[in-house]
Amino acid sequence: MNRFSYLRASSVDEAVREAAADPTVRFIAGGTNLIDLMKYNVERPERLIDITRLPLDRIAETDGGGLRIGALVTNDAAAYDPRIKDRYPLLSSAILAGASPQLRNAATTGGNLLQRTRCYYFYDPGTPCNKREPGTGCPAITGRNRIHAILGTSEHCIATHPSDMAVALAALEAMVHVAGPDGERAIPISDFHRLPGDRPEIDTNLRHGEIITAVELPPADFSRHYTYLKLRDRLSYAFALVSVAVALRMEGDAVAEARLALGGVAHKPWRDPEAEALLHGRPATRDRFIAVADHILKDAKGHEDNAFKIDLARRAIVRALSQAAAGTPQSQTDKRIK
Amino acid sequence: MQQANAYIGTPQNRVDGRAKVTGEAKYAAEFDAPDLAYGIVVSGAIAKGRIASIDPSEALAVPGVLQVFTHENRPRTAWFDHKFRDETAPPGSPFRPLYDDKVIYSGQPVALVVAESFELAAHAASLVRVAYETDAHMTDLDLRRSEAYVPPKKRSGVKAPPSPRGDAEGAFAQAPVKVHGEYRVAIEHHNPMEPHASTVVYGEDGSLTIHDKTQGAQNSQSYVSSVFGLSSGQVHVVSPFIGGAFGSGLRPQYQLFLAVMAALELKRSVRVVLTRDQMFTFGYRPLTIQTISLGANPDGTLVSIMHDAIQTTSPFEDYQEVVVNWANLLYHCDNVKLTYKLAQVDTYTPIDMRAPGAAIGVAAIETAMDELAYATGVDPIELRLRNYAEVDEADKKTFTSKELRACYQVGAERFGWAKRNPEPRSMREGRELVGWGMATGVWEAIMQKTAARAVLTRDGKLEVATATTDIGTGTYTILTQIAAETLGLPMAAVTARIGDSSLPKSPVQGGSWTAASSGSAVQKACQSVREQLFKHARQMDDSPLANASIEQVMFADGRIRLMSDPGASVTFAQAMQAGGVDRIEAEEKASPGMLTNMRYSGYSHSAIFAEVRVDEELGIIRVTRIVNAVAAGTILNPKTARSQIIGGVVFGIGMALEEESMLDHDLGRFMNHNLAEYHVPVNADIHHIEVIFVSEHEEKLNPLGIKGVGEIGVVGTAAAIGNAIFHATGKRVREYPITIDKLLG
Amino acid sequence: MSASQSSAPLPEAMSVTLTINGETRQLDVLPWTVLLDLLRDHLGLTGTKKGCDHGQCGACTVIVDGRRINSCMAFAVMKDGARITTIEGLAQGGDLHPLQQAFIDHDAFQCGYCTPGQICSGVALIEEGRARTRDEIRELMSGNICRCGAYTNIVDAIEQVIGADGEAGR
Ligand SMILES: Cc1cc2nc3c(=O)[nH]c(=O)nc-3n(C[C@H](O)[C@H](O)[C@H](O)COP(=O)(O)OP(=O)(O)OC[C@H]3O[C@@H](n4cnc5c(N)ncnc54)[C@H](O)[C@@H]3O)c2cc1C
Ligand code: SF4
Ligand code: FES
Ligand code: FES
Repeated sequence: MNRFSYLRASSVDEAVREAAADPTVRFIAGGTNLIDLMKYNVERPERLIDITRLPLDRIAETDGGGLRIGALVTNDAAAYDPRIKDRYPLLSSAILAGASPQLRNAATTGGNLLQRTRCYYFYDPGTPCNKREPGTGCPAITGRNRIHAILGTSEHCIATHPSDMAVALAALEAMVHVAGPDGERAIPISDFHRLPGDRPEIDTNLRHGEIITAVELPPADFSRHYTYLKLRDRLSYAFALVSVAVALRMEGDAVAEARLALGGVAHKPWRDPEAEALLHGRPATRDRFIAVADHILKDAKGHEDNAFKIDLARRAIVRALSQAAAGTPQSQTDKRIK
Repeated sequence: MQQANAYIGTPQNRVDGRAKVTGEAKYAAEFDAPDLAYGIVVSGAIAKGRIASIDPSEALAVPGVLQVFTHENRPRTAWFDHKFRDETAPPGSPFRPLYDDKVIYSGQPVALVVAESFELAAHAASLVRVAYETDAHMTDLDLRRSEAYVPPKKRSGVKAPPSPRGDAEGAFAQAPVKVHGEYRVAIEHHNPMEPHASTVVYGEDGSLTIHDKTQGAQNSQSYVSSVFGLSSGQVHVVSPFIGGAFGSGLRPQYQLFLAVMAALELKRSVRVVLTRDQMFTFGYRPLTIQTISLGANPDGTLVSIMHDAIQTTSPFEDYQEVVVNWANLLYHCDNVKLTYKLAQVDTYTPIDMRAPGAAIGVAAIETAMDELAYATGVDPIELRLRNYAEVDEADKKTFTSKELRACYQVGAERFGWAKRNPEPRSMREGRELVGWGMATGVWEAIMQKTAARAVLTRDGKLEVATATTDIGTGTYTILTQIAAETLGLPMAAVTARIGDSSLPKSPVQGGSWTAASSGSAVQKACQSVREQLFKHARQMDDSPLANASIEQVMFADGRIRLMSDPGASVTFAQAMQAGGVDRIEAEEKASPGMLTNMRYSGYSHSAIFAEVRVDEELGIIRVTRIVNAVAAGTILNPKTARSQIIGGVVFGIGMALEEESMLDHDLGRFMNHNLAEYHVPVNADIHHIEVIFVSEHEEKLNPLGIKGVGEIGVVGTAAAIGNAIFHATGKRVREYPITIDKLLG
Repeated sequence: MSASQSSAPLPEAMSVTLTINGETRQLDVLPWTVLLDLLRDHLGLTGTKKGCDHGQCGACTVIVDGRRINSCMAFAVMKDGARITTIEGLAQGGDLHPLQQAFIDHDAFQCGYCTPGQICSGVALIEEGRARTRDEIRELMSGNICRCGAYTNIVDAIEQVIGADGEAGR
C-alpha cells in the first residue's frame, strides 16, 4: 500500500473542494473495496477523504412519493429498512444476495455503486490489464474469463461490474444524486456506469471531485411482482456468474410494465428496453419469456471459459420472469430456487 | 465394570478448547519479540526466465526499511541442494529461495523487504523494481502428456503401482460389459485459514527460537540447521498451535527460509507472513489425468481393471502420491494393470493435500464403479459387495481388520438407501431433481516411529510430551486421554506438550498417522511410568500390593488398587514418597511392527452416501444430506473424530462442486489466487452431515488399535456426490468440480 | 508510481480514541494502519485473526459499535470514537460467553483459527435477532469461512444459544 494523507471531511462542500483540488484524492466510505484494492497496490491514492461523518446516512421520503437513500446508508441498513423491504423488496433482496453480513455492515450505497470489477487480472499487478494500466493489454480475453462479460464487451476489456445492488437499482430506474465542483446533478442509473469501449479504465460517468450524495428511488410500485435471482459458484458469499433483477407490473395475467436488469454479464447492469417491450401488454407465458431472453442475448459473445453464461443467462431470465410473474420471489436464505 | 478414568473411546471436549475460544491460543505470527522486524515477500511475475535486473533503491530509501534481500545480496547459505531437502521432500532438487537469477515458476519469491513495521514493509515491497527476461514456459498438462515418464526414483513412503497381474487388456477386450473413461479433479490449493508464517526470535547468543507454521517442528528445525549451517542447539522450533495445514505444512515453506535468513543477517527478530495470494505460490494438489477401464461380467463381477494416471510435477522434483492402487485394494480382480506417470510443468512442486492420491484416485474409481452399476443394472452397493476384496491382492497380504461390509450396511440403513429408485431422474421434489449416490472410501493406516516422554510428579500431575503438532486434529486431547487412562488420572491432571522441536522425536503430523504413532508412544511411556510407580508401591513398608503383580492391580483416581480387593490401595504420592522420588520419568519409542507389516495390510474404510438436489435448468446443486459410515479401528474420541470426518466431508464437497485453481497458460500463473475467487465451501453450502463409526476390532497395527481419521472423510465424498448428481439428472460428469457449466454443458 | 512518492515524508500519526473491550484508549496511529493490524501488531490483541486481509474470509471479524465488521477492511483512524469488542472481550471475568461455551461443547472448531471470527460473528448474529432457522443461521454465518469444515457444529452451537435466549423472551 502506498502512503497517503488522511482528511476527515466535515461537510459535503469541504469534501468536494478538497477533492477537486487534487487528482490523487479518493473518497473513502465503507472502505471494503478501496482498502482491498489499495492493499493490492491497484488503487494508489495519495490522499483519502473520509466521508463517513457526513450527514448522508439517512433514508428519507421524497416529495414525489419515492425514497432517497443517503450515500452513506450501509448496505445492511438499506436492506433491512422497513420502507425498503416493504416498497422496494427487490432492492432489499439484491443487497442481501451480495457479500456477507460483515461486509454489508460496512459497505455503503455510494461505495457499492463505485466498486470496481473483480477481474482476476485487474486485481493482480503482476499481470497486464488495460483497466489498471491503460495500454498494457487484456489477458482475460484469451485467458481465464469465467467471471467475465458476454454483453457490451470491447476488444480492450471484457470485465463485469460486480454489484448486486446496482442491478436492482437499474431495474428500479433509480437516480444517482451527486455534488461536485460545478454544483449538483442527478444521473439516471442507466447512464451512471459505462461500457469499456477503448477507455476501460473509466468505469462511470462520475467526474473527478464529484461525490455521490444519494440514490433516489422513484415511486413506481413493483413490490408484488419482482425477484432477484443470483447464480454463482457457491450458495453464498460469491459474486454472480449471472444475476437477474425483474420488476413487473401485472394487470390480470398480462404484463403491463416490465423491467429487467442483468448482473455479472457486462461492464454495467444490463438493460434492454426493446426486449422488455416484448412483454408489454402480453400474457406472461414461458414462450414470451424465452423470446425476451433471446432478444437480450442476441448479440452476446462468449469466450472460452464464459460461453456457458449465454445459455445460463437465457435460462436465468426465463426463470426470473416466471418467479416475478407468479409473485414468488427468490429467497436469499432458502437456497431452493423457486 | 466401568473403570474410573476410562477416557479412551469416550467423547471429550478439546483440552485446548478454552484457549481457542478466548483467543489465547497463539499461532506462528502471534508471538511477540523485542524489536521485531517485519518481512514482506515480493513475488515474481513470470513463469520462466531470469531476473534481468532488480532495483531495491526506492524501497531502501523509505525510512524504516532495514534491508531488501534479493538473489544479489542474499547471505551465504548451504551450497548443495540436498541440504535443502526436508523430511518429506520428493526426489529431486528442492526449491531454494533467492538462490540465483533464475525464475522457475510464477509467483516465485524474488525479494524480501524487511522494515520496522508491517505497513512500511508492505509499502516498500511495492517499490522494488524487477525486470525480467522471459523464456518459453509450459503449464498445460495436456500438452505435456506425451512426455510423461515413470518416476525413476521412488518417493519414500509412496508405493509405486504393483506389477500387472493376469492379462488386463485381453480380459477387457473380451468383457461383456465395459466402462471406459477419462477422469479429472482440478488443481486445488490447501488454503488453511492461517496463512503460512514464521516468527524468528533472535536470541542474545545468536540462537533462534522459531514459531513456524508447520506440521513438523523438528522438520523445520533440521531444515533450518542444515540450510544455514547451524547446530541443532542453536535452533528451537516452537509451534503450539497450527491454524490448519492439510499438507501445506508438511514441507518448510519459503517464508521460513526468508525469515531465518533475515534474522541471522540483521541479528534481529523477524516475522514473515505470506499473503493469502502468496498461499498460491507453493505446493498444490496436482492435476491428474486418469484413464480407467473396467471390464465386467453381466452380474457385475470385475474381470479387468486398468487405471492409468498422468500427474503434474515440477521440473525440479518428482512429486509422487498413490493414485492408481486403490481399485484393486477395494475390489477383487485377477487381471489388473496400473500405471502412474509424471509430466513436468513450470509450476512449484505439488505437495500432499489431505488424502493425497486417494482423494483423486478413489474419486475416479468410484465414479467408474457407479457407471458399471448402471451398465450392469446392479445396485451400487451390491456391485461393491460382489467384488469385495477379502485380501490385499496386490501385496498378497491379509487385512489387519476390515469392516467395510458393515459400513455399507449401516450407512445404507441410516441413509434409507432401500427406498432409492435406481432409475436416473426418477426422484423429484418441487422443481428439484433429487439424487442419491454412494461411494467407498479407503485410506492406509500408517504408523511411524515416534518417541514420547511421560513425567509424573508427586503432586499427582502428569506431563506427556512428543514433538508432533496439533493442526486441528485434536492431538492434544487424545494424548491427554490416553495418558490419563493409562495412568489412572483425571484428564485435568494431565498436560500434553507438543509442537516443540526439543521434545522427543516425532515425524511430521500427516497421513492420519499421528494418533497411532504418538498415541502409542505416549501410551508406552505412561506404561513405563506405571511400572516404576508400581515397583515403588510394592516396596513400600506394609504395602497391600506387596504380593501382587502388575496385572493384578489397576490404576485409577491416582491410586493403585488390588483388583481382587479394591479397598487395598496405595496412592501415587505414597508410592513415590516410599521410593524417595519426586518425579518419575520415562521416554519410550513406538514403532510399527515389522512382522505385522510384512504379513498384513492396514486400511481404514468408509461408505459415503450423498443426497443432492439439482435445479437442472440452472445447474444449481445443493448437497442436502451426507451419511458417512467409517471403520477406522479404535476411535479414541468420538467427538473430535466426528469433527475430523465432517471436516473431511466438507473438503470433499469442495472438491466435488467448487474448488479449482485456474491456471492462465499464457502467463503460466494461477489467476484466482484469493478466497473470493477460489471457492471453498461456506456455511450455506453445508447441510446435514451424519457420521457413524462402525465398530471395528483392530489389534495388529498397534496396541490401541488406532487407524487414524484425518484423511478418510475426504476419500470417496466427491464420487458419492457426483454419483448422486448422475442419479438426479442422468448426466455423468467425469471432471470435478462439477460446476454449473459442466452440468449444463 | 513516480519516484517522488517514495521520498515523500510519511504522513503524521493521528490521535484517535478507541474503546476496546471496555477500556478507552488514546492511541497515535498512522492513517494506513488497518484496524486488524492495530489490534494484532500494535496492541497485542492477537485473538483476532488475519486469514486473507481482504474481506474474503471473516477471520478478522470484530464488533464495532454493535455491528460485526471485517477489521481488515477498515483504517483505524476512521474508527475514532468507536467501541470495539474483540474475542478477548467476550468472557466476563472467568466466565465464558455462552456462545464460547457452546463452541466448546459442540466441538465447533478444529484448528481454531477461524474461531474468534466465528464467535464474534455469531454473537452479533444473535444480537441482530434475524436468524431463527438453520437456513438463516447458515446464510448469515456465510461470511466466516472455516477450512476445517466445522460448519454443522457451528450452527448447532449458535442454534443452542439462540434457543436458550429465545426462552428468555427475545
Ligand atoms: C469478499 C467480498 C465479496 C463481495 N461480494 C459482493 C457481492 O456478492 N455483491 C456485491 O454487490 N458486492 C460484493 N462485494 C463488494 C462490496 O459490496 C463493496 O466492496 C462495497 O459495496 C463497497 O462499498 P464501500 O462503502 O465499502 O466502498 P469504498 O471501498 O469506501 O469505496 C469504493 C469506491 O467508491 C468511492 N466512493 C465511496 N463512496 C463514495 C461517494 N459517496 N461518492 C463518491 N465516491 C465514493 C471510493 O472513492 C472508492 O473508489 C464484496 C466485497 C468483498 C470484499
Ligand atoms: S477484462 Fe478488463 S479488467 Fe480484466 S484484464 Fe481485461 S482489461 Fe483488465
Ligand atoms: S482477514 Fe479480514 S476477512 Fe479475511
Ligand atoms: S477451525 Fe480451522 S478454520 Fe475453522
